Amino acid sequence: MSLEIYLDLFSQPCRSVYIFTKKNNIQFDHKKITLFDGSQYGEEFGKINVLRKLPAIKYGDFCLAESVAIMMYLAEKFHTPDHWYPADLQKRARVNEYLSWQHSSIRIHGSRILWFNLLIPKAMGVEVPKEKIDNAVEDFDGSLKLFEMKFLQDKPFIVGDQISLADLVAVVEIMQPVGAGMDVFENRPKLKAWKDRVREEIGAELFDEAHQALLSLQEDVKTMDPKKMDPLKPKVLKYFLS
Amino acid sequence: MAGRQAVKAYLDLVSQPCRAVLIFLKDNKIPHTVESIAIQKGQHKTPEFIKLNPMQKLPVLEDNGFVLTESDAILKYLATAYNVPDHWYPKLPEKRARVDEYTAWHHENTHMHISSVFLHEFLLPRMGLPNPEMLEKALSDLDGTLDKLENMFLKRQAFLCSDDISLADLLAVCELMQPLCGGRDILKNRPKLLSWRSRVQSSLSDSFDEAHDIVYRMRI
Repeated sequence: MSLEIYLDLFSQPCRSVYIFTKKNNIQFDHKKITLFDGSQYGEEFGKINVLRKLPAIKYGDFCLAESVAIMMYLAEKFHTPDHWYPADLQKRARVNEYLSWQHSSIRIHGSRILWFNLLIPKAMGVEVPKEKIDNAVEDFDGSLKLFEMKFLQDKPFIVGDQISLADLVAVVEIMQPVGAGMDVFENRPKLKAWKDRVREEIGAELFDEAHQALLSLQEDVKTMDPKKMDPLKPKVLKYFLS
Repeated sequence: MAGRQAVKAYLDLVSQPCRAVLIFLKDNKIPHTVESIAIQKGQHKTPEFIKLNPMQKLPVLEDNGFVLTESDAILKYLATAYNVPDHWYPKLPEKRARVDEYTAWHHENTHMHISSVFLHEFLLPRMGLPNPEMLEKALSDLDGTLDKLENMFLKRQAFLCSDDISLADLLAVCELMQPLCGGRDILKNRPKLLSWRSRVQSSLSDSFDEAHDIVYRMRI
């Protein structure tokens, strides 16, 4: 049965699914979607995911969206090592707890920084009020403090001694503002040490490969045709700036 | 389960996710005690509570020393620990994935927009800080969410993830009841969601009304 995975590695949840499947040697047909082109609005992709969001998978006839749900599903179907999504009830609950919390904290704030600091001004040519940028940075900072205090504490990984889906989802989201040139790990030694551990566990090559599109964004934006993002502009501005 | 102590749930029933946890505990007859924490009185910011949950949020579950936050994590934990009927959180991967898909989507959609409507329609005006523009935006965003609930999750099924009630329906219904606090029934003109809500209420026996008593009493 073939597994198709629809991804754009600019997107944090796409990166976590990409890293998870590659790390676990899960064979899949990598269907590249370029979000900035608006190709998620095409007819073909609409059949896979009516919500037109990435990532999305199609395994036989079974279609699924939401990176967290996708990874939990693949972990089960492909019998990945237990530490990714432990069978132990309390360890699993800790993973679920982080995956739940991060939606309305790190994910949102990290995302905003990339859009406010880079994509909206440079790729869309729209100015973002300084107040909004400052608030986004402050919120992100607050989330990172909570992350270190409540989830990481003094452990090597979120659930304990081993990497899990929680660390994977956390790291791709925390990396997002780096794409806008923010040094997220400056003055955060504990966070940096954790990131380095996660990168090593995943494999530096795979980690770096997955983040290449994000990290070259600042350069790419310079040569990007400003009209390219026009179809996305109304949605993006409404979501981020209203 | 012999000798297992009852779990302790820290709840404020004004909060949507707290109601979901209470309904689940009651409906499945899971032995529990409830400690009421009144958000309005700042009881979630006491040094004692912060020690329990530094996020200063509810609900919190304590199971014999194991402290857990985040309502969907709590519900999934309870569903597995207490061997509740399979439909709540099915073991079959394809069915389970549908529930996981909804509970992930729920955060930035149903929960976020309902919370925003509640904030701008109920809480802020009472603090002398009304913002009609933000309320309009929140209602418009919520409208989009309701469209997606109908067309992408419910479709022609009885419940959001299948033909049986699951954790997804429980979380969603508690959210969709929230605007009633401000006297607004957001499902009024949506017959499909109205009949879904009735089905959910019927499935949940008395626990639904018990948990929502506070909402009924707050209705203007």
